Amino acid sequence: MRVRKRMRLRKSVLIFCVAASAMLALAALPTVEKSIAAGPPAAEVKIDNFSFTPATLTVKAGTQITWTNADDIPHTVVSEDRSFKSKVLDTDEKFTFTASKPGTYSYFCTIHPKMTGKVVVE
Amino acid sequence: MPQQKNRDAILFDHSHDGIDRRGFLKCMAWAGTGALCVLEGGVLKSYGLDDPAHIAKAARGELSFVQISDSHMGFNKPANSDVIATLKAAVAKINALPVPPEFVLHTGDISHLSKAEEFDTVDQILQSASTKNVFFVPGEHDVLEDDGKQYRERYGKNTKGAGWYSFDKKGVHFIGLVNVMNLKAGGMGSLGAEQLEWLEDDVRHLSKSTPVIVFAHMPLWNIYPEWGWGTDDSAQALSYLKRFGSVTVLNGHIHQTMQKVEGNVTFHTASSTAFPQPHPGGAPSPSPMKVPAEQLRGLLGVTNVNYVRKHHALALIDSTLE
Repeated sequence: MRVRKRMRLRKSVLIFCVAASAMLALAALPTVEKSIAAGPPAAEVKIDNFSFTPATLTVKAGTQITWTNADDIPHTVVSEDRSFKSKVLDTDEKFTFTASKPGTYSYFCTIHPKMTGKVVVE
Repeated sequence: MPQQKNRDAILFDHSHDGIDRRGFLKCMAWAGTGALCVLEGGVLKSYGLDDPAHIAKAARGELSFVQISDSHMGFNKPANSDVIATLKAAVAKINALPVPPEFVLHTGDISHLSKAEEFDTVDQILQSASTKNVFFVPGEHDVLEDDGKQYRERYGKNTKGAGWYSFDKKGVHFIGLVNVMNLKAGGMGSLGAEQLEWLEDDVRHLSKSTPVIVFAHMPLWNIYPEWGWGTDDSAQALSYLKRFGSVTVLNGHIHQTMQKVEGNVTFHTASSTAFPQPHPGGAPSPSPMKVPAEQLRGLLGVTNVNYVRKHHALALIDSTLE
């Protein structure tokens, strides 16, 4: 019994130490964040109910844009000038495009052309 | 126009097209549950499927064929996790017809993702149909990734362009059109200039009394443009068919039966064998409709078409897979 109690005590000391170091780490977060921010900025477009959301996405040049198909039906993401063109995306499949050149890109689903969207790259 | 003392006789023929509003709506109402619509000399008559005497009479055509559509082989979402079983049920319906059909028309979306194994499965299931003659037109799901190359290799031998063609059976001229290629942003189905030119030329030599049956995947009439349920240049195609006494247009794509008559043209869409879609505007999008399992087969189906030369009549009978 006594041994167990001691062990419990040791455990709580250990937990305290872990918690304290975690707090220290939190305090140091700005540095961590900086290193994440060094990756490319990202943006998401959801494909749902036969539409792109947001319909118009405005991003800084270099942003990595990811489209995810949440419909039960396959869709595509194809810009009218063909500067980006996804494969057919079945349910939950993704397409990623990094917008490097500023401009306005109108795109649509080539299977359901009533589905249209725009990417504005600043 | 023969006067008939039957309850479906034409009462008001404002547009002189042989169809009054009451008769047309009645036909529309039945279309969803299984109906027989007979076009005789421009007069549309409709009967419910509970009227076996009339059906038997109308079904004794000289040319009988079946339209199936939208088998979406490979689809496995909750709206129907077993599209193989429902396609087999459709074939069983075909095989149970009192008169074996001359052939089957498949109006597209054979596959869900244009995969070879999806086409293989459909071909294999259709092998057990009472007729081995199947004519196809592609749906947008059949021409993914490769601009329809695989589709044409499998089903489009001896066709023109993207897979359009025509043939004659017992005095009826059949035209299979492709309206799912090169779709434009913001648009609907598209036939394109090359196909329209071919169509104009294809029907030029026909006498105006030749019955014409056109089939294509997407509707050749604007059912619901908001969902892309129509074809941008269909009006031009139909203008080449205006001079004919009897034109029937058969489509798929919208996964429900719907019928419209305009002058001498009867438009009809077939059910899917895979999953139902909502009525136009009846949901936020045309996504597959999830219904309780016991209701599913009541919303899927096949269409049986009979042509009676003597009466210059076409009878369309939609039946569900139940």
